[in-house]
Amino acid sequence: MQIPDAEVLCRELAEQIRPHVTADTALVGIRTGGLWLAERLHDVLGIQAPLGAIDVSFYRDDYGSKGLHARPQRTEIPFDVDGAPVILVDDVLYTGRTTRAALNELFDFGRPARVDLAVLVDRGGRELPIAARYCAHTLAEPLPAAHNLELQRAADGALSLQLITRG
Amino acid sequence: MRNPQLNKHGELQHLLTLDGLPRDIINTILDTAAPFTEVAEREVKKLPLLRGKSVFNLFFENSTRTRTTFEIAAKRLSADVVNLNINTSSAAKGESLLDTVDNLCAMQADMFVVRHAASGAPMLIAQHLQNTGRDHIHVVNAGDGRHAHPTQGLLDMYTIRHFKRDFTNLTVAIVGDVLHSRVARSQIAALTTLGVPEVRVIGPRTLLPTEVGKLGVRVFNDMREGMKGVDVVMMLRLQNERMNGALLPTPQEYYKIWGLTADKLALAKPDAIVMHPGPMNRGVEIDSAVADGAQAVILPQVTFGIAVRMAVMSMLGSN
Repeated sequence: MQIPDAEVLCRELAEQIRPHVTADTALVGIRTGGLWLAERLHDVLGIQAPLGAIDVSFYRDDYGSKGLHARPQRTEIPFDVDGAPVILVDDVLYTGRTTRAALNELFDFGRPARVDLAVLVDRGGRELPIAARYCAHTLAEPLPAAHNLELQRAADGALSLQLITRG
Repeated sequence: MRNPQLNKHGELQHLLTLDGLPRDIINTILDTAAPFTEVAEREVKKLPLLRGKSVFNLFFENSTRTRTTFEIAAKRLSADVVNLNINTSSAAKGESLLDTVDNLCAMQADMFVVRHAASGAPMLIAQHLQNTGRDHIHVVNAGDGRHAHPTQGLLDMYTIRHFKRDFTNLTVAIVGDVLHSRVARSQIAALTTLGVPEVRVIGPRTLLPTEVGKLGVRVFNDMREGMKGVDVVMMLRLQNERMNGALLPTPQEYYKIWGLTADKLALAKPDAIVMHPGPMNRGVEIDSAVADGAQAVILPQVTFGIAVRMAVMSMLGSN
């Protein structure tokens, strides 16, 4: 599989979103890859509201079986969620379970006017009725479960997609 | 022998004592607690982690703060919390501790938070659960006799880390009634595990365990000497209710020699923090002006205590 260039996709995603940005649009990135992407979009699109960050560890639906294994980080929503049009940003859309967890968490902060989802790549394999409004790239074939596609950020801030195959 | 607090994967199964708890696990609890502190600022102060679980607060000894903070922590994790007031319950009618536990297990308990005047009671419950194959039920020690008060020790470590960042360059003084204090034993275990190079205990000979030096601490019977250059002062409550016989002359005399006053605190480092596990006896172990002063972090301790208890319960709940 040809791995797309994350920097190119990032520019495409920003242009998809740009016509829909309003004065009160707010961005929330899902840690960690989604937050890097959201930081970039926040900058490129000149979003006024401060950037939000969500760590879904406390809302995951596999807590009962997998527990709190990765060290959770803070969720920070530094704007008033009530009535805000929110764009939830993630690097890769897969089963949709992370998006569901993030939505649940977001609603514990208030009632947004609307929530859209923006992702760099849709890898297929959805297990929930969730779709991205903004998506820079959809894989032609769903990626098998043994593969993990994730965003990486280099020391200079450059974004790239990495394909990791679990053994 | 396996550490009775850990399961076969080396994960936390019960929290009974900080003595012998691996440094990695203590650090994981402190790291996990950090994001929980933010929940208190949300509109909906609830996380779904323990949804559908039942937490039983089994308090065989009085407590307001500890029971309340455990209750808040469990409720913020969406657990159902049942508080058992043992004074008016079956124990008063003669039911044994383990019979009480078995009955509560029959009511689908998932976790017991236990406070008991007898050292080792939470361990007895944990062993009983293990011997009867009920590994999915967890026990948290909320203070047993003179033995341990691990969540207090952990919230104290969280507080120190919050204000001082690094444990490995600190001098920490624990002051007062160490003899009767399960809090002090948990603090000493955690501080030494986390690599604090100098832990001091300061108190009158009658209120220090005779072999306390074997815990790896420096002993001072002169408070002014012991306070010199410390980064953290951890005061202990004078436990009047546990005193038998003439360990002390009078509370006034105790205050004069062992009470933390501004002039004694001035011997510590200028940025030293003052901690107290509560409830405070103002004018006995600590001067009111110091307790309310700029160096006191006593109320942040209480707030951090909720996040630390949430971290412990959410780690146990999934193991």
